[in-house]
Amino acid sequence: MKNLAIILGAIALLGTIVPPTLFLMDGMAEGTMKLTMLIACVVWFVTAPVWMRAR
Amino acid sequence: MENSPVENLAAEEYENERVPEKAQKGPSSFWGMYAGEHTAGTEFMIGPLFVAFGVGFGDLILGLILGNFAAVLTWRYLTTTVAMRTRYTLYHKLEMICGRRLVSGYNLANGLLFCFLAGAMVTVSATAVGVPFENVQMPSFNDTMPTGLAWSVVVVIIGAVMTLVATRGYATVAKVANYAAPWMFLIFIAAALATIPKLDSRQVNDIWTGIPTGDNMKIGFWGVFFFAWFCNAAMHLGMSDMSVLRYARKASSGWAPAAGMYLGHCIAWICASLLFAYQIQRFGDAASPAPGPMVFEAIGWVGLICVVIAGWTTANPTIYRAGLAFQGVLPKLSRAKATLAAGAVCTIAGLFPAFAMQLLDFVGIYGMVLAPVGAIIVVDVFLADKLGIAQDPAAQGGLSFNMAALIAWVVPAAIGFWAVGFFEMPLPTYATLPVWIGSGICYIILSKILYAKPVKAVQTA
Repeated sequence: MKNLAIILGAIALLGTIVPPTLFLMDGMAEGTMKLTMLIACVVWFVTAPVWMRAR
Repeated sequence: MENSPVENLAAEEYENERVPEKAQKGPSSFWGMYAGEHTAGTEFMIGPLFVAFGVGFGDLILGLILGNFAAVLTWRYLTTTVAMRTRYTLYHKLEMICGRRLVSGYNLANGLLFCFLAGAMVTVSATAVGVPFENVQMPSFNDTMPTGLAWSVVVVIIGAVMTLVATRGYATVAKVANYAAPWMFLIFIAAALATIPKLDSRQVNDIWTGIPTGDNMKIGFWGVFFFAWFCNAAMHLGMSDMSVLRYARKASSGWAPAAGMYLGHCIAWICASLLFAYQIQRFGDAASPAPGPMVFEAIGWVGLICVVIAGWTTANPTIYRAGLAFQGVLPKLSRAKATLAAGAVCTIAGLFPAFAMQLLDFVGIYGMVLAPVGAIIVVDVFLADKLGIAQDPAAQGGLSFNMAALIAWVVPAAIGFWAVGFFEMPLPTYATLPVWIGSGICYIILSKILYAKPVKAVQTA
């Protein structure tokens, strides 16, 4: 569970920073970027307590 | 500025005694806390204000690098040294020097300033919560009064919720702040990245033009340098962080604030300033530095969530600590009532955008009011013996009121206020260091006159 939370948390952080980077390089639409970041936010706040508590 | 996680370490243990060796912690305990503490809601306001004050790109970068370095050195070589030598909280050490009654005065000043700081964070949060509601008029740079009924309702609701949560302590909010810290830092960078493609010009001189907006004074390198150095003057020069760093096992823990300075007070400020630079390219002097709409435009709903969490996790522990400070003044007041009183003052302050929009000034005043007590502590710890003045005069002599400390605190600070206006300094942070040094000198001279020999020194020999 902890390992899964760590992996998902890492993906969530990537989902926060990669979309705007792609948007900057004209590789992603603005709407998709915002939606991806919102999903990443939800994933982060679900997974972070799990692995931070287990740490 | 500050957030909550560091409070975990400064929990109310060993309030009136030295931190024992078994409770001391290694450097790793401090790095994460300082990184989280200084990536907070205030960063959303401070970055844009640099642009509004016409800071050019070179001045911004150089000023932030060197100013933050000076702040880190102050933490490392002054605050950590004093904290490790005494191992007391600021309040306990101050009581030993100044007496209980003067500490009450410090508590009152501290509590009120905490309320206004938390009020600015309520304002910041309201700019995010108000985005979905068309009736809520966002404050502009020159707004000092509430912008309307809808704005006031949003602020009162946010202030009430934050206050009620604060009355229950800050453990939950501190946890949320811990969870949010790495994500929040990335949100600052993400918002800046998402804004770059929208800029009319990506030339740095077209983004950070060096031209102030409206009637603002221009600040250059020295303005940024002094602000970066002294925006947390209350924490380092003012020795407030003694409460945290007294737990340090090794002096190298004193480098930990570097994480907060360079992630929060450098990268986050630059990112936030970019958002406002874009608004200026679009709207000119009419651009609003309200964080909510700016971040919403850059990255959508996730930006609003970030602003609310950043404001909340900063305001909540600040209201709680203001309540504690008020309780220090009126010990018979219950903690819940003291927190409610602090929350009420904070909510009223939040109605007025002046505190958020003039945050650079407010933070400077905050430092100038609280930092001088740090100079008194430094004199007591390092120089008292060498200069033949009493160390811890209140504790040793049973004083409840140290007149030398009161004058050394109030007079230089008052002169500092006067000097800021008289010499038309762009920011109060220009006067922080002279006020601090003046307080130290003043305390030495007055102590020589009033407490030339250690009070009841024989008892401690």
